[in-house]
Amino acid sequence: MNILVCIKRVPDIAGSVVLDDTGTGIDESGLGHTMSSHEECAVELAIQTAAATAGTVTVLTVGPTEAVEQLRAAVAVGANDGILVEAADPSVFAPEDIAQVIGDVVRDRAEAGQTFDLVLTGDDAADTGDFQVGIRLAYDLGYPALTNIQTISAADGDSGTGGSGPAPGGGERSSGRIEARGIGPAGTEIFALDLPAVIAVHEGGVDPRYPSITGRMKAKKATIVEYDAPEPGTGNPRIRLELPEVKASSVTILGEGPEAAPALVDVLEEIGVMRP
Amino acid sequence: MTVVYVETDPAGEVTLTSAEAITFARQLLPDGGPDTSREVAAPPSGSPEGVVIGQLSDSAVAELGRLGVSVIHHLEHPDLAEYSAAAWAQAIVDITPESGTLLASGTPRGMELMAHVAVRTGQRMAANVIGADEEGLLRQVHGGTAFERLRLDGELHVLTIAGHACNPEETTPVTPEVYDYELDVAEADLATRVQRTEAEAADDASGLTSARAVVGAGRGVGSENGFSEVLELVDHLGGALGVSRVVTGLGWRPHAEQVGQTGSRISPDVYIACGISGAIQHMAGIEGAKTLVAINSDEESTMVQRADYAIIGDLHEVVGAVNEEIVRRKQ
Ligand SMILES: Cc1cc2nc3c(=O)[nH]c(=O)nc-3n(C[C@H](O)[C@H](O)[C@H](O)COP(=O)(O)OP(=O)(O)OC[C@H]3O[C@@H](n4cnc5c(N)ncnc54)[C@H](O)[C@@H]3O)c2cc1C
Repeated sequence: MNILVCIKRVPDIAGSVVLDDTGTGIDESGLGHTMSSHEECAVELAIQTAAATAGTVTVLTVGPTEAVEQLRAAVAVGANDGILVEAADPSVFAPEDIAQVIGDVVRDRAEAGQTFDLVLTGDDAADTGDFQVGIRLAYDLGYPALTNIQTISAADGDSGTGGSGPAPGGGERSSGRIEARGIGPAGTEIFALDLPAVIAVHEGGVDPRYPSITGRMKAKKATIVEYDAPEPGTGNPRIRLELPEVKASSVTILGEGPEAAPALVDVLEEIGVMRP
Repeated sequence: MTVVYVETDPAGEVTLTSAEAITFARQLLPDGGPDTSREVAAPPSGSPEGVVIGQLSDSAVAELGRLGVSVIHHLEHPDLAEYSAAAWAQAIVDITPESGTLLASGTPRGMELMAHVAVRTGQRMAANVIGADEEGLLRQVHGGTAFERLRLDGELHVLTIAGHACNPEETTPVTPEVYDYELDVAEADLATRVQRTEAEAADDASGLTSARAVVGAGRGVGSENGFSEVLELVDHLGGALGVSRVVTGLGWRPHAEQVGQTGSRISPDVYIACGISGAIQHMAGIEGAKTLVAINSDEESTMVQRADYAIIGDLHEVVGAVNEEIVRRKQ
């Protein structure tokens, strides 16, 4: 199974943030960058699935030149190659624009002979939290979409009933059926899906691996296909960013060590959460 | 007109987050006035309509009435018995007015359905909204570290409401009118239908989101075997265990117990954070806690600074002593 994983370069925020001069973005100068956590799991899931099905993993990002770091990080843990759609400031794109850009790349790659049976995204990115790119991409490609998925495997009795009709680039559509497991309100939900499909992954089903030395070496030499980003189509509806009020600490220190335990039990009794 | 997609739990009751979303619709969104494009009686001003898919219990109707919902669109069909985002979203689209606001709570279901609806109606969607005024909408970004102010164009605004953006509040009760519909479900929309559900795993998560007392455990617990005192406290309080991402990442506890931006968002009466530093992504999950208690060896940690009450010290010793004190008082 050939898998495309869409990832996003995001600032790695541990403490509070500072806004940039325009007031529409955060000041990233003092921050490191990473890929969103759902996407780390999507990359891991892709690597495991590709290994089990003798397939390949390609990672794609729409981002600044520096986002090649995130692509290479994914190659270092096992992805085969990368696609960088170079957009100096991805924040000018709305989720619908990003989905369109990725859809166009998928069609273009298909024309160039590189087709994907499965496209993975994260449920939502750590910065914008939009929760739409995967779903909008699925509609753009005419594929079914799942979100909140944690693991996937080839479905039992794979009948190869996968979608008929032409692939986006005019080649043969991939076939096959997969089982996907995700978290629902009443338990683990199991889906069976014909390929090609778009699946948005939620963290927690697999543990992202660390890169090996050979992985790092491979990442340096990996092929990264580059595209220029088109003009943002619908554009971002953002007016500005704001920061929450910093609340002054009003903590009551009940004490130090085990001696403070009775004071805490008093508090718990007062709140009324002690089991009778 | 404002329409709220209402989630019900397996017992058929309106979920807490949907009650929040309805309250949000009632109190914070400008009322677009009655919708005249449909043959549904216009509800009183300021009163949102609700959409319920699947069984509609009498108690849910009564609860929606207490929340000020005067019209309930009830969508029930054998093909919708199992969840399928595409089919459910189309059912919502079929009864959604062409203008106004359509919203859901920012749960995985709410997010997924609104995203499908937004595509199918050709609209933008704003996720994790926490406020609205004449300037536009306010929503959480960067896991709640910052807010984005934005303006949606288009006739229909599609939103999800961040968990705990407001407290659910009942109002002067009304008797909702219930409209049932004949539906056509397209075969293609059933491709993403749930085949089966395995109960266990998410039971933990639902216990976590509904517990009145949650004891949180972080890296400070030290190892996979370091949870005994914490679990005993959970038991004394009849509560639930919630953990930080470091704990799930190390494989000490399952992801279903994770609290935070990429885990559950909880609103217990008390959250007792043991050995958790208070990273922004963790705090995003506990904003709804009414009382926050920190047990941490580091007085300077964010968790201690943000807490209402704190004990400084080794969590194993402190929690052990708390358990002993509880047992002593019960005797
Ligand atoms: C995109 C993204 C999403 C994320 N989502 C989440 C999420 O959903 N939930 C989440 O929790 N995190 C999340 N994180 C991770 C988050 O940034 C922190 O890394 C994590 O919350 C830290 O966990 P911790 O507090 O257990 O560990 P640490 O930060 O290591 O803190 C351990 C604390 O324990 C204290 N301690 C140590 N020993 C003891 C002892 N014996 N007794 C008492 N106290 C002790 C220390 O003083 C310290 O305060 C996310 C990160 C990213 C980038």
